[in-house]
Amino acid sequence: MSGGSNAPVPYMERTRQYYRAMGYDKDYVWANNEDAPFTPLKKPLAESRVALITTASDKSQTNIDAKGVRHVWAGPTAPPPDALFTMNTAWDKESTHTDDRESFLPIETMQGFARDGRIGGLTDHFFGAPTVYSHRMTMQRHAPEILERVQADGGDVAVLSPL
Amino acid sequence: MSLVARHLEANGIPTVVVGSARDIVEYCGAPRFVFLDFPLGNPTGEPWKRDMQRAVVGIALDTLETASEPMQTVETDFVWPDPEWRGRYNRLTPDIRARLKAEGDARRDKQNAAKALRQK
Repeated sequence: MSGGSNAPVPYMERTRQYYRAMGYDKDYVWANNEDAPFTPLKKPLAESRVALITTASDKSQTNIDAKGVRHVWAGPTAPPPDALFTMNTAWDKESTHTDDRESFLPIETMQGFARDGRIGGLTDHFFGAPTVYSHRMTMQRHAPEILERVQADGGDVAVLSPL
Repeated sequence: MSLVARHLEANGIPTVVVGSARDIVEYCGAPRFVFLDFPLGNPTGEPWKRDMQRAVVGIALDTLETASEPMQTVETDFVWPDPEWRGRYNRLTPDIRARLKAEGDARRDKQNAAKALRQK
Protein backbone atom coordinates (compact mmCIF):
# COMPACT_ATOMS: atom_id res chain seq x y z
CA MET A 1 0.00 0.00 0.00
CA SER A 2 2.87 2.39 0.65
CA GLY A 3 6.24 2.99 -0.98
CA GLY A 4 8.22 1.12 1.66
CA SER A 5 7.75 -0.48 5.03
CA ASN A 6 8.55 2.77 6.82
CA ALA A 7 7.09 5.26 4.34
CA PRO A 8 4.47 7.58 5.84
CA VAL A 9 0.94 6.23 5.42
CA PRO A 10 -0.70 7.72 2.28
CA TYR A 11 -3.89 8.87 3.99
CA MET A 12 -5.36 10.76 1.04
CA GLU A 13 -5.00 7.75 -1.26
CA ARG A 14 -6.34 5.31 1.35
CA THR A 15 -9.35 7.54 1.97
CA ARG A 16 -10.05 7.89 -1.76
CA GLN A 17 -10.00 4.11 -2.20
CA TYR A 18 -12.17 3.64 0.88
CA TYR A 19 -14.94 5.91 -0.37
CA ARG A 20 -14.69 4.49 -3.89
CA ALA A 21 -15.26 1.07 -2.33
CA MET A 22 -18.46 2.49 -0.82
CA GLY A 23 -19.55 3.31 -4.34
CA TYR A 24 -18.88 7.05 -4.33
CA ASP A 25 -17.40 8.13 -7.64
CA LYS A 26 -16.53 11.70 -6.66
CA ASP A 27 -13.29 11.91 -4.66
CA TYR A 28 -12.91 14.28 -1.73
CA VAL A 29 -10.71 17.24 -2.61
CA TRP A 30 -8.27 18.13 0.17
CA ALA A 31 -7.18 21.70 0.72
CA ASN A 32 -4.00 22.43 -1.23
CA ASN A 33 -1.62 25.37 -1.02
CA GLU A 34 1.77 26.01 -2.57
CA ASP A 35 2.83 28.43 0.15
CA ALA A 36 1.86 29.35 3.68
CA PRO A 37 1.65 32.45 5.86
CA PHE A 38 4.41 32.83 8.44
CA THR A 39 4.56 34.92 11.60
CA PRO A 40 7.80 34.90 13.65
CA LEU A 41 7.48 34.89 17.44
CA LYS A 42 6.79 38.37 18.73
CA LYS A 43 8.23 37.73 22.18
CA PRO A 44 10.13 34.90 23.87
CA LEU A 45 8.14 31.72 24.52
CA ALA A 46 8.91 32.16 28.22
CA GLU A 47 6.69 35.25 28.08
CA SER A 48 4.11 33.81 25.67
CA ARG A 49 0.72 32.38 26.45
CA VAL A 50 0.01 29.16 24.54
CA ALA A 51 -3.43 28.25 23.15
CA LEU A 52 -4.08 24.54 22.54
CA ILE A 53 -6.44 23.50 19.75
CA THR A 54 -7.98 20.03 19.29
CA THR A 55 -10.34 18.32 16.84
CA ALA A 56 -11.98 16.37 19.67
CA SER A 57 -15.44 17.14 21.06
CA ASP A 58 -16.68 17.93 24.53
CA LYS A 59 -17.20 14.78 26.61
CA SER A 60 -20.95 15.44 26.85
CA GLN A 61 -20.99 16.53 23.20
CA THR A 62 -22.46 19.97 23.92
CA ASN A 63 -20.61 21.26 20.83
CA ILE A 64 -22.74 19.02 18.58
CA ASP A 65 -26.23 20.27 17.66
CA ALA A 66 -29.44 18.30 17.13
CA LYS A 67 -28.56 17.75 13.47
CA GLY A 68 -25.20 16.27 14.40
CA VAL A 69 -23.30 19.34 13.22
CA ARG A 70 -20.16 20.16 15.21
CA HIS A 71 -19.37 23.72 16.27
CA VAL A 72 -16.34 25.57 17.59
CA TRP A 73 -16.12 25.12 21.34
CA ALA A 74 -13.87 25.83 24.31
CA GLY A 75 -13.07 24.05 27.56
CA PRO A 76 -11.13 25.07 30.69
CA THR A 77 -7.43 24.28 30.97
CA ALA A 78 -7.58 24.42 34.78
CA PRO A 79 -8.78 22.03 35.87
CA PRO A 80 -8.42 20.15 32.58
CA PRO A 81 -11.12 17.69 31.47
CA ASP A 82 -10.36 14.06 32.26
CA ALA A 83 -11.59 12.88 28.86
CA LEU A 84 -12.98 14.12 25.56
CA PHE A 85 -15.28 12.58 22.96
CA THR A 86 -13.36 11.45 19.87
CA MET A 87 -15.44 8.71 18.25
CA ASN A 88 -16.83 11.07 15.59
CA THR A 89 -13.43 11.80 14.10
CA ALA A 90 -11.31 9.63 11.80
CA TRP A 91 -8.42 8.00 13.66
CA ASP A 92 -7.02 4.50 13.85
CA LYS A 93 -9.45 2.92 16.28
CA GLU A 94 -7.91 -0.52 15.81
CA SER A 95 -4.29 0.43 16.48
CA THR A 96 -4.72 2.77 19.43
CA HIS A 97 -7.13 4.53 21.81
CA THR A 98 -7.77 8.03 23.11
CA ASP A 99 -8.33 7.19 26.79
CA ASP A 100 -5.33 9.34 27.72
CA ARG A 101 -6.29 12.92 26.87
CA GLU A 102 -2.67 14.00 27.12
CA SER A 103 -1.88 11.83 24.08
CA PHE A 104 -3.81 14.25 21.89
CA LEU A 105 -4.43 17.39 23.97
CA PRO A 106 -1.37 17.96 26.18
CA ILE A 107 -2.71 20.38 28.79
CA GLU A 108 -0.82 19.00 31.79
CA THR A 109 2.37 18.59 29.79
CA MET A 110 2.10 22.23 28.80
CA GLN A 111 1.38 23.24 32.41
CA GLY A 112 4.63 21.50 33.32
CA PHE A 113 6.48 23.62 30.78
CA ALA A 114 4.85 26.70 32.30
CA ARG A 115 6.05 25.72 35.79
CA ASP A 116 9.56 25.28 34.39
CA GLY A 117 9.47 28.71 32.77
CA ARG A 118 9.72 27.32 29.23
CA ILE A 119 6.44 29.07 28.30
CA GLY A 120 4.68 32.00 29.93
CA GLY A 121 1.54 29.96 30.51
CA LEU A 122 -1.57 28.49 28.96
CA THR A 123 -4.68 30.38 27.93
CA ASP A 124 -7.62 29.87 30.30
CA HIS A 125 -9.31 27.74 27.64
CA PHE A 126 -8.36 25.21 25.02
CA PHE A 127 -10.33 25.32 21.78
CA GLY A 128 -12.18 22.75 19.72
CA ALA A 129 -12.13 22.99 15.92
CA PRO A 130 -14.65 20.86 14.01
CA THR A 131 -13.30 18.87 11.08
CA VAL A 132 -15.88 19.31 8.35
CA TYR A 133 -16.24 18.41 4.67
CA SER A 134 -16.45 22.03 3.51
CA HIS A 135 -13.23 24.10 3.32
CA ARG A 136 -15.40 27.18 3.01
CA MET A 137 -17.09 26.45 6.33
CA THR A 138 -13.68 26.06 7.98
CA MET A 139 -12.24 29.24 6.47
CA GLN A 140 -15.25 31.51 6.70
CA ARG A 141 -16.76 30.42 9.97
CA HIS A 142 -14.66 28.15 12.18
CA ALA A 143 -11.16 29.61 11.70
CA PRO A 144 -12.27 33.23 12.32
CA GLU A 145 -14.21 32.14 15.41
CA ILE A 146 -11.17 30.31 16.82
CA LEU A 147 -8.95 33.33 16.09
CA GLU A 148 -11.38 35.56 17.95
CA ARG A 149 -11.49 33.23 20.95
CA VAL A 150 -7.70 32.78 21.06
CA GLN A 151 -7.23 36.55 20.98
CA ALA A 152 -9.90 37.11 23.64
CA ASP A 153 -8.00 34.65 25.87
CA GLY A 154 -4.72 36.48 25.32
CA GLY A 155 -3.12 33.66 23.32
CA ASP A 156 0.25 34.60 21.79
CA VAL A 157 0.97 31.32 20.00
CA ALA A 158 -1.08 28.22 19.15
CA VAL A 159 -0.29 24.50 19.22
CA LEU A 160 -2.74 22.49 17.11
CA SER A 161 -2.88 18.72 17.60
CA PRO A 162 -5.45 17.13 15.26
CA LEU A 163 -6.46 13.55 16.06
CA MET B 1 -6.96 21.82 11.14
CA SER B 2 -4.09 23.10 8.96
CA LEU B 3 -6.53 25.65 7.49
CA VAL B 4 -7.16 26.96 11.02
CA ALA B 5 -3.40 27.18 11.61
CA ARG B 6 -3.00 29.16 8.38
CA HIS B 7 -5.75 31.58 9.40
CA LEU B 8 -4.24 32.18 12.84
CA GLU B 9 -0.79 32.62 11.34
CA ALA B 10 -2.06 35.08 8.72
CA ASN B 11 -3.55 37.09 11.57
CA GLY B 12 -0.38 37.38 13.64
CA ILE B 13 -0.46 34.23 15.79
CA PRO B 14 2.51 31.87 15.30
CA THR B 15 1.32 28.25 15.11
CA VAL B 16 2.65 24.73 15.09
CA VAL B 17 0.66 21.67 14.01
CA VAL B 18 1.69 18.42 15.71
CA GLY B 19 0.32 15.37 13.98
CA SER B 20 0.58 12.15 12.03
CA ALA B 21 -1.31 12.69 8.74
CA ARG B 22 1.80 13.96 7.00
CA ASP B 23 0.50 13.95 3.43
CA ILE B 24 -2.67 15.87 4.33
CA VAL B 25 -0.91 18.51 6.45
CA GLU B 26 1.85 19.07 3.88
CA TYR B 27 -0.65 19.22 1.00
CA CYS B 28 -2.60 21.93 2.83
CA GLY B 29 0.54 23.84 3.75
CA ALA B 30 0.74 24.26 7.52
CA PRO B 31 3.09 27.08 8.54
CA ARG B 32 4.97 24.81 11.00
CA PHE B 33 4.53 21.06 11.28
CA VAL B 34 6.01 18.48 13.63
CA PHE B 35 5.46 14.97 12.27
CA LEU B 36 5.00 12.01 14.58
CA ASP B 37 4.91 8.76 12.57
CA PHE B 38 2.17 7.13 14.65
CA PRO B 39 -1.34 5.81 14.02
CA LEU B 40 -3.88 8.65 13.89
CA GLY B 41 -5.23 9.40 17.36
CA ASN B 42 -2.17 10.21 19.51
CA PRO B 43 -0.52 13.25 17.89
CA THR B 44 1.31 14.20 21.11
CA GLY B 45 2.69 10.79 22.03
CA GLU B 46 1.80 7.26 23.06
CA PRO B 47 -1.00 7.03 25.66
CA TRP B 48 0.24 7.29 29.26
CA LYS B 49 3.89 7.81 28.24
CA ARG B 50 4.48 11.14 29.93
CA ASP B 51 8.20 11.35 29.09
CA MET B 52 7.49 10.87 25.39
CA GLN B 53 4.62 13.36 25.46
CA ARG B 54 6.85 15.93 27.10
CA ALA B 55 9.52 15.32 24.45
CA VAL B 56 7.02 15.70 21.58
CA VAL B 57 5.54 18.91 22.98
CA GLY B 58 9.07 20.17 23.64
CA ILE B 59 9.91 19.67 19.96
CA ALA B 60 6.76 21.61 19.03
CA LEU B 61 7.85 24.50 21.27
CA ASP B 62 11.39 24.37 19.85
CA THR B 63 9.90 24.54 16.35
CA LEU B 64 7.96 27.70 17.24
CA GLU B 65 11.28 29.29 18.16
CA THR B 66 13.58 27.95 15.48
CA ALA B 67 11.53 27.85 12.24
CA SER B 68 12.55 30.68 9.95
CA GLU B 69 10.28 29.90 7.01
CA PRO B 70 6.95 28.10 6.48
CA MET B 71 6.25 24.51 5.41
CA GLN B 72 9.43 22.92 6.77
CA THR B 73 8.35 19.59 8.27
CA VAL B 74 10.17 18.62 11.45
CA GLU B 75 10.46 14.83 11.69
CA THR B 76 10.60 13.09 15.06
CA ASP B 77 12.16 9.67 15.53
CA PHE B 78 9.65 8.05 17.87
CA VAL B 79 8.65 4.52 16.82
CA TRP B 80 5.20 3.03 17.43
CA PRO B 81 5.59 -0.29 19.30
CA ASP B 82 3.42 -2.35 16.94
CA PRO B 83 5.13 -2.53 13.52
CA GLU B 84 1.92 -3.75 11.82
CA TRP B 85 0.01 -0.48 12.35
CA ARG B 86 0.74 1.10 8.96
CA GLY B 87 -1.35 -1.32 6.95
CA ARG B 88 -4.43 -1.11 9.13
CA TYR B 89 -6.17 2.25 8.68
CA ASN B 90 -8.87 2.17 5.96
CA ARG B 91 -7.46 -1.09 4.60
CA LEU B 92 -9.50 -2.89 1.98
CA THR B 93 -9.88 -6.66 2.10
CA PRO B 94 -12.58 -8.54 0.09
CA ASP B 95 -14.75 -8.75 3.25
CA ILE B 96 -14.37 -5.07 4.01
CA ARG B 97 -15.07 -4.13 0.38
CA ALA B 98 -18.32 -6.09 0.46
CA ARG B 99 -19.38 -4.44 3.71
CA LEU B 100 -18.53 -0.95 2.47
CA LYS B 101 -20.42 -1.48 -0.79
CA ALA B 102 -23.48 -2.57 1.19
CA GLU B 103 -23.16 0.43 3.54
CA GLY B 104 -22.80 2.83 0.60
CA ASP B 105 -25.82 1.33 -1.15
CA ALA B 106 -27.91 1.57 2.03
CA ARG B 107 -26.87 5.19 2.52
CA ARG B 108 -27.74 6.11 -1.07
CA ASP B 109 -31.11 4.34 -0.83
CA LYS B 110 -31.91 6.33 2.30
CA GLN B 111 -30.86 9.59 0.64
CA ASN B 112 -32.92 8.82 -2.46
CA ALA B 113 -35.96 7.96 -0.34
CA ALA B 114 -35.64 11.25 1.54
CA LYS B 115 -35.27 13.10 -1.74
CA ALA B 116 -38.38 11.43 -3.19
CA LEU B 117 -40.33 12.35 -0.07
CA ARG B 118 -39.31 16.00 -0.40
CA GLN B 119 -40.41 16.06 -4.03
CA LYS B 120 -43.91 14.76 -3.25
